[in-house]
Amino acid sequence: MNYGPLVFLAALFALASSWVGFVLAPQLQVGQLQQTNTVVATPYPIARPGLAQEGLQVYRANGCNSCHSQQVGQTGTVCDVVLTEPGTNQPALIAALQTVKPGLSETEARQFLSGLPKPLLHGLTKEAADQGAKTLETGGAKAQAWIVPTGPDIARGWGKRRSVAVDYLFDYPVMPGSHRVGPDLADVGTRQPDLNWELRHLYAPQAEVPGSLMPPYRYLFEKRRIEHGPSPEALHFPKEFAPAPGYEIVPSPAAKALAAYLVSLRTDAPLFATPFTVASAPQSTTTNAPAGGSTNAAPSASPTQ
Amino acid sequence: MIELASSQTVQAGGRETPSAITPAEIDLSCRAPLLVLFLSAAVWFLLAFLCQLLASIKFHSPQFLADTPWLTYGRIHLAGLDALLYGACLQAGLGVALWLLARLGRTRLAQAVPVLAGAISWNLAVTIGFVGILAGDSTGFDMLELPSYSVLPLFLGYLLIGISAVLMFHQRQEPLTFASQWFLFAAVFWFPWVFSTAELLLQAFPVRGITQAVIAWWYADNLAVVWLGLVGLAAVFYFASKLTGRELHSHYLALFAFWILILFGSWGGIPGSAPVPAWMPTISTISRVLLLVMLIAVALTFHLTLAGAWSKLKSEPSLAFVAVGTAGFLIAGLMRVSGALLDSQQLLQFTWFASARTQLQLYGFFALVMFGAIYYVVPRVTATAFPFRRLVWAHFWLAFTGIILLVVPLAIAGVLEARQLANPGIAFVQVSRATIPFLRASTVGDLLVVMGHLVLLVNLVALVTQFYRVRAAWAYAAITADLYQPAEVKP
Repeated sequence: MNYGPLVFLAALFALASSWVGFVLAPQLQVGQLQQTNTVVATPYPIARPGLAQEGLQVYRANGCNSCHSQQVGQTGTVCDVVLTEPGTNQPALIAALQTVKPGLSETEARQFLSGLPKPLLHGLTKEAADQGAKTLETGGAKAQAWIVPTGPDIARGWGKRRSVAVDYLFDYPVMPGSHRVGPDLADVGTRQPDLNWELRHLYAPQAEVPGSLMPPYRYLFEKRRIEHGPSPEALHFPKEFAPAPGYEIVPSPAAKALAAYLVSLRTDAPLFATPFTVASAPQSTTTNAPAGGSTNAAPSASPTQ
Repeated sequence: MIELASSQTVQAGGRETPSAITPAEIDLSCRAPLLVLFLSAAVWFLLAFLCQLLASIKFHSPQFLADTPWLTYGRIHLAGLDALLYGACLQAGLGVALWLLARLGRTRLAQAVPVLAGAISWNLAVTIGFVGILAGDSTGFDMLELPSYSVLPLFLGYLLIGISAVLMFHQRQEPLTFASQWFLFAAVFWFPWVFSTAELLLQAFPVRGITQAVIAWWYADNLAVVWLGLVGLAAVFYFASKLTGRELHSHYLALFAFWILILFGSWGGIPGSAPVPAWMPTISTISRVLLLVMLIAVALTFHLTLAGAWSKLKSEPSLAFVAVGTAGFLIAGLMRVSGALLDSQQLLQFTWFASARTQLQLYGFFALVMFGAIYYVVPRVTATAFPFRRLVWAHFWLAFTGIILLVVPLAIAGVLEARQLANPGIAFVQVSRATIPFLRASTVGDLLVVMGHLVLLVNLVALVTQFYRVRAAWAYAAITADLYQPAEVKP
């Protein structure tokens, strides 16, 4: 029997089915995503500013995704009971505090009341947290159940919530990465919003993170002789990383773009798909705006002029 | 040692074919294209692992070659990976596939000239892509980093070679009797389908957002698990039976492995942590676990075919390569299954454990099986024995210790890393520094593997030189025979 057509059809069928599953279906489901709203009704995501988009290409060209992932994982969600306002009836509130958290002494409860809002209980279910918050609301006191994502990545401070499909909407190429030789960068802009820190770290990673395995990217910087006074863009390093006296280190356009891109990596917007409670009322469009306008100004302590 | 003289009439399907082709004729028809494919693959193997060695050194001394943008870790690592995949593995795989299809179908190599042109086009494309990645033009998609301008010659090269494979399959004078033919025929179509899909949707008409990553994952798995699996297993089954002189233990078990591999292998790409709707990683996890069935089928087939003939491993280096390669395939598969089952916190997949698995799949499985095939095929297509027989064994031991030193330390480092990453109290720098001793061991592994490739290249080049020297001597004798009329003319 000639099995040739059978083998061909088998291969065609097998591949076509996985094509439908992992090419067509994702395109229909997440390929059509549009800009959405965060929980606090601001548009999300917002396209990166032009310089950051250039930086994305620098990130790609230098293979940064070989060592850095951009996807934060989350294993679950818990609720905290948070007291936001003490209200007027302190004795009743202290009694309520002791009911909700048995074993809390009166002095501890009194100390707890300073510097609100503060979480009273961690890691509850939604129902238990709602119940606790209700109990606390005596005499004008206000309490809330806050949603807190959990997981090793979140505990490490790599993000406030897990990464979701919409986070990557406007990027090309999308580089979620598959190896963490370095830390995850999905939310690095929230962790380290200082452009100068990013630039110094790119030039000499060990100057900012002692013991780091990251190679330096000195070729993205220019080492030049100081002719008519130092440049306002020059970076300042501790002694062992600083250039020879009379020289300064100035970032190239590529370095500035890369730093702008890194700072623009923020996934700190609460979405309906991945809700979490933000401590204070969020500033408008916290998502993708570059931190501050102070792009490359030298640190204030530096001896400019 | 080399069965060239056996020119009896070939029995095909029980009847005597009038135009029976001897194995020697088949081998002869493959010679030029296969030599080009295998020699280029040997060069790419060396180049790829030189890149990997440099990249590996950078981990324990970050300042090493840091000031040259072309040699920065991210570029040299990706260039090395693509050189290994496209330059070395796929190229050697295509050569072996052509030879197997010719031998199993008892047909001469179809379209030798287009195949040669295809091999040249393929190498040109990989060279352009390799330089492009080093220059900073990588696409940013895993295993698909070759820049868009190198894609067309690559695809054209594949088509020229693939058409020959399809023609040979069509012209075959034997009915489809051997399981390897199923694997090879499916593989011939698999690559152009997945490659064109990925290139069209990622480069030509890019889709939006995370779908790009999904397609890239899908492609990478189809290439590294399905394509390499199909071609590698075809060679494993053929050589296990050929080199022991025994029937493949169970044709149907091998075909069962084929069905499982193509049905479930192509679903396994989406990592557990992927920021996509949960059904995708779930399906991938299930299909990765289902591949366990295929691993058992392959292990049984191989073991039962070799049962009682294990001593042949000592005398036949090709069989030793194939056996270690099969072990590599099984262990890489088990690492995949265990990663899918045990990585509940989705930490292991970001560690060196995953790199170890990829290394094992690409090198410990596929490359080793290809070396076994090359050491068997090249002497036959040139009718010349390898000049340095001891170097064949030297290559085997270098490759064997090299891959162990590469994979074992990285796998252990990955498991430790995942355990430490689960504890947010341990600073990340500490976690990554704890891997350095293991990375050092793997650098030694890289070094051994590089030396092995050097040995292969030396042996291949020496063989080809010897072959052409003999031919030149013949040609010279033929020409001078007329001039000098020597007393005794050799037949």
